Amino acid sequence: MNTRGLGSQLKDSISVSELSASSPFGNHDILRRGFSCVKNELLPSHPLELSEKNFQLNQDKMNFSTLRNIQGLYAPLKLQMEFKAVKQVQRLPFLQSSNLSLDILRGSDESIGFEDILNDCIFVCFLDPSQSEIMGEPHMMMEYKLGLL
Amino acid sequence: MLQADWNPQGGFSFKNCQRNAFLESSLKGLRVPHARKTGTTIAGLVFQDGVILGADTRATNDSVVADKNCEKIHFIAPNIYCCGAGVAADAEMTTQMMASNMELHALSTGRKPRVVTVTRMLRQMLFRYQGHIGASLIVGGVDITGPLLYSVHPHGSYSRLLFTALGSGQEAAISVLEDRFKPNMTLEEGQQLIVEAVTAGILDDLGSGSNVDMCVITQAGAKIQRAVSTPAVISKRQGKYRYPKGTTAVMKETVTPLALEMIEETVQTMEVE
Repeated sequence: MNTRGLGSQLKDSISVSELSASSPFGNHDILRRGFSCVKNELLPSHPLELSEKNFQLNQDKMNFSTLRNIQGLYAPLKLQMEFKAVKQVQRLPFLQSSNLSLDILRGSDESIGFEDILNDCIFVCFLDPSQSEIMGEPHMMMEYKLGLL
Repeated sequence: MLQADWNPQGGFSFKNCQRNAFLESSLKGLRVPHARKTGTTIAGLVFQDGVILGADTRATNDSVVADKNCEKIHFIAPNIYCCGAGVAADAEMTTQMMASNMELHALSTGRKPRVVTVTRMLRQMLFRYQGHIGASLIVGGVDITGPLLYSVHPHGSYSRLLFTALGSGQEAAISVLEDRFKPNMTLEEGQQLIVEAVTAGILDDLGSGSNVDMCVITQAGAKIQRAVSTPAVISKRQGKYRYPKGTTAVMKETVTPLALEMIEETVQTMEVE
């Protein structure tokens, strides 16, 4: 493994569910991940893991900076405003949105990539019990969102 | 427990990579399953009216033949075809995705698909995955700009060529092509040369075998011919290797009876018509 510049390869955030190895509702830490060890949590397990996680973000950044260089500041600003507006169109807090307008703005409604074929997210939360836990309690999440908690 | 940003990503999941590395390091005798490679000879050339692509039809799994008659010439668009070498699943999925994307792109732009578009999409995708998708492809087609032939490698590099060969049998095929290729050949000469090149790969490389498939693409359209030629016929055995009884002299013979007693006897009649 490439040890040069290890700092640049660290995952920048560790999700809370992975750190608890012995919670009663928790996941099978030892079977799936081996014994819990800080090195395993911080370093990526595959050379492509980090670049794939940030791919869309980096693409957007690159496109916006090119657009700024070619057409000036207003063009990316306006587009980012549209992106922000469209990201706010969501369903109830525990349901996943299709993000159709976001796809249209990005141009990914006219192309098929691996994210449409492999691990299609519509089915993930029903099949994988560890991820349906992340979906959260509908009632709790609605009360949290409405401020009733 | 509650995550503020519930944003699941599709695509490749690296959840099991750590577990696999852990299993590999802790279990010493573990044989990790490998992806099936095609072990191929694929070749392509440009002739006066268009492009001819050729491929063998054997898929190998390490040193065992996994498929004696697999298809390595994949459809991308009615005027563009692609031969795939490397990991069989990667080449198959990549070309299927390219075909879908080219159809969507053609519908969106309202124009017929071009070979350069396919090549660019392929390069960008393969570079994104840094060579972990092991697909080497020869893309050939005839579009509005004329006949074009590109070879794309797993890390994302490409070259535009008049003739090329890829796969484990590429050295044999490329030597035949280098020797006998002339620009602007006729259809018959081109077909003959491609068959010879792929045959050279089949005969000289253990990873390539069975038949030669060919695809001819011209302005009028594309035509695929499966099993144009079968160079490798299983030969008859030259001699017998069985030794007659008594060839080896018996020096000593010892008989040890095993003490067995019959405990139970059951007779089951079988219904025979």
